Amino acid sequence: MEGNQLQRQATHMRRTLFDQGYLDEQFIQLEELQDDANPNFVEEVVRVFYNDSARLIRNIEMAMGKNPMDFGKLDDVMHQFKGSCSGIGAKKVKRECTRFQDYCKEEDPEGCMGAFQAVKQEHATLKGKLDAYFQLTRQC
Amino acid sequence: MNLGGGQTAKAMSAPSSSASLKSGDVVSDQFPAGLRVLVVDDDPTCLRILEKMLRNCLYEVTKCNRAEIALKLLRDNRNGYDIVISDVHMPDMDGFKLLEQVGLEMDLPVIMMSADDSKNVVMKGVTHGACDYLIKPVRIEALKNIWQHVVRKRKHEWKDKDFEQSGSAEEGERLVKPLEDVDYSSSATEGNWKTSKRRKDEEDEPEEKDDTSSLKKPRVVWSVELHQQFVAAVNQLGIDKAVPKKILELMNVPGLTRENVASHLQKYRLYLRRLSGVSSHQNGLNSSFMGPPEATFASMSSLGGLDLQALAATGHIPAQSLASLQALGRPTTKNSISMPMVDQRNLFSFETPKLRFGDGQQQLNNNSKQINLLHGIPTNMEPKQLASLNQSAQTFGGLNMQVNPQASQSSSLLVQMSHPMSRTQMLNENKGNHVPRLQSSIGQPILSNGMHSGVLSRNGIVDNVRGAVYNPVSQASSLVDFSINKSAELPGNSFAQASNSGISSLTSKGIIQEEVSSEVKGSRGFIHSYDIFNELQQHKAQDWGMQNVGSTFDASQHSALQGSLDISPSSFVQQGFSSSQKDRNVSIGDAIFSVGEGAHCNNSKFGQQFNSFVADNTLRVKAERLPDSGCQNNLFPQQFGQEDLMSALLKQQEGIGSVESEFGFDGYPLDNLPV
Repeated sequence: MEGNQLQRQATHMRRTLFDQGYLDEQFIQLEELQDDANPNFVEEVVRVFYNDSARLIRNIEMAMGKNPMDFGKLDDVMHQFKGSCSGIGAKKVKRECTRFQDYCKEEDPEGCMGAFQAVKQEHATLKGKLDAYFQLTRQC
Repeated sequence: MNLGGGQTAKAMSAPSSSASLKSGDVVSDQFPAGLRVLVVDDDPTCLRILEKMLRNCLYEVTKCNRAEIALKLLRDNRNGYDIVISDVHMPDMDGFKLLEQVGLEMDLPVIMMSADDSKNVVMKGVTHGACDYLIKPVRIEALKNIWQHVVRKRKHEWKDKDFEQSGSAEEGERLVKPLEDVDYSSSATEGNWKTSKRRKDEEDEPEEKDDTSSLKKPRVVWSVELHQQFVAAVNQLGIDKAVPKKILELMNVPGLTRENVASHLQKYRLYLRRLSGVSSHQNGLNSSFMGPPEATFASMSSLGGLDLQALAATGHIPAQSLASLQALGRPTTKNSISMPMVDQRNLFSFETPKLRFGDGQQQLNNNSKQINLLHGIPTNMEPKQLASLNQSAQTFGGLNMQVNPQASQSSSLLVQMSHPMSRTQMLNENKGNHVPRLQSSIGQPILSNGMHSGVLSRNGIVDNVRGAVYNPVSQASSLVDFSINKSAELPGNSFAQASNSGISSLTSKGIIQEEVSSEVKGSRGFIHSYDIFNELQQHKAQDWGMQNVGSTFDASQHSALQGSLDISPSSFVQQGFSSSQKDRNVSIGDAIFSVGEGAHCNNSKFGQQFNSFVADNTLRVKAERLPDSGCQNNLFPQQFGQEDLMSALLKQQEGIGSVESEFGFDGYPLDNLPV
């Protein structure tokens, strides 16, 4: 039946996200918080995350634009962003954030720029995948 | 635990009281369901997740994304929360500062959170008094057990209060020790003390007590005099060697137990630590800070100065005001007190709160420096000072009489108040003590402004400033009334009145209780100032405060002044705030600001809040105190002409409203409050 098929697709998609390292255990924590009173809790939190993270990314962009780069500030802002990512279990994004922070500690501007690109990339990729996933689950 | 779900939890946790946790060790069957948690995090994602997790634990959750708002919530409803969870990294206020403030003001357990798990950050949490540290991302399992911190803390409290029992001293001390260790572990000066204390404790025979948490002993009210004695004893012994037993012996106060002293000492040390941290951080003032007796004093005064700075920093006090306040505060400074009343108006420009924060601070520090001399010692104001205070009070009073809604009026008052007060107040306890003193000296007019009084005391300073800010706005009307009713009212008094912050009044009340009536009165005004800020808008507070103020001042300016000097028991509470000059000032100011803005005060609330506020530092004058201290709430009404106060308050209220629009409420003339 279609319902079952969609359900299986959703399950498979979810499995893949974990297997490919896009999501970690924290995402499961969110899923466990979902209940009848808050049936779309996970989606809601992810939405809040993407709204807020856009702002944080802008902050980082602005800080990156400064010359010379204020690595302390960059590390600071990235720390905030990373904390947010960890909340939803965005594993790959988090990893790139850590790389960025490492470059900040080394005060390597190019390294930072490269790492920041990677962060944005992973951030956008995950968004796409989660959007697709939630769309599927909503249909189930 | 009742797993009935949200409803159950809700039903259990009535906002008015957490019966399960407050009434001794009697715990509701449903506990920990219904635990009232305040969670603070600027990250909306984490905040949402935490909220859901806590709700799933059947806790009653309040979330906010700014530390200032959190403090406001806590102050508005002092008994409304059982535990606070806060992020370390927040844009408006450092999480550790919030932690300290909550610990000092409300004495609630605070859990810190951060994605940063590095050892030094965690250590910082420990040294600032966090009862736990969670690494993000937080799991629900970690939250399930946070109730233990609430129980633990209350248990300690009760045991601490259980000073009447012979064995309790040892046990209490031992119980207190872990807390103290945590608090002071980072302090260099603590090392010796801790060691000696440990030895001492070990020597004492530990008496295993049964659970005595159900026993609630009456709290000792750390009156100004009592605190003076305490400080004198500590200084005499030397901060490193000041152990409760010896302090108790030196103080030679009948009925005081070592436990009382121990808990008071703990708070005092925290206060000193902050002072030294702040002052040294600030501008390296008072190297003596670190030194024992002098340091104490120095820190005290500097705190007063700091408060102003903090206030200035927070933008509540226009930089210029701050400067002028400082000038006023310091008799010897060139700026001097000569601030003409007229000029004061300028001081209170509301627009530039954040300007010259640094300057203000500097000045404040200087002020505090000067004040240091007197600080810490239950000084009696020199006759000259008193005279000048009175005079200035009179003068101001005249000004005030005009019901000048302009901030300037308040500012002038503040200035005046701060000036005379700064001396005496600074001496004693920068923070808390100052407030009362200042207020009393200035007399009524100043008080009306409410803000002024706040400025005076350290606590008051911080608060006063705030209060001042508020007051001018709303106080105008109240001022008039005040002056009419009580010419000699201590600034603090009027302040209390003006500001809604009944708490301050309450605080002072409590403190006053212990002291000589006249003194008490003075102090009343003083204490209020602190809370007054917060409660500025509070109608009730106003009434309450006004009553107190009025009555207090009448008592006798001199005595009030004297008394106010002593009143600093609350200083401890204040201490925490003013100590952090830079950061804290800002935060304090902010906190106060926010609190003042929306604070609602009703008499009972104030009393409670006040109590808790005061109590935090000193004896945790909690709600139960009220009856002891004569119920600040009750006292106040009696003293003032209630009708007068009411009308004044009402006017204030209106005034406040209008002022707000006029000034945007951001300008706090307190900047210039001389400390």
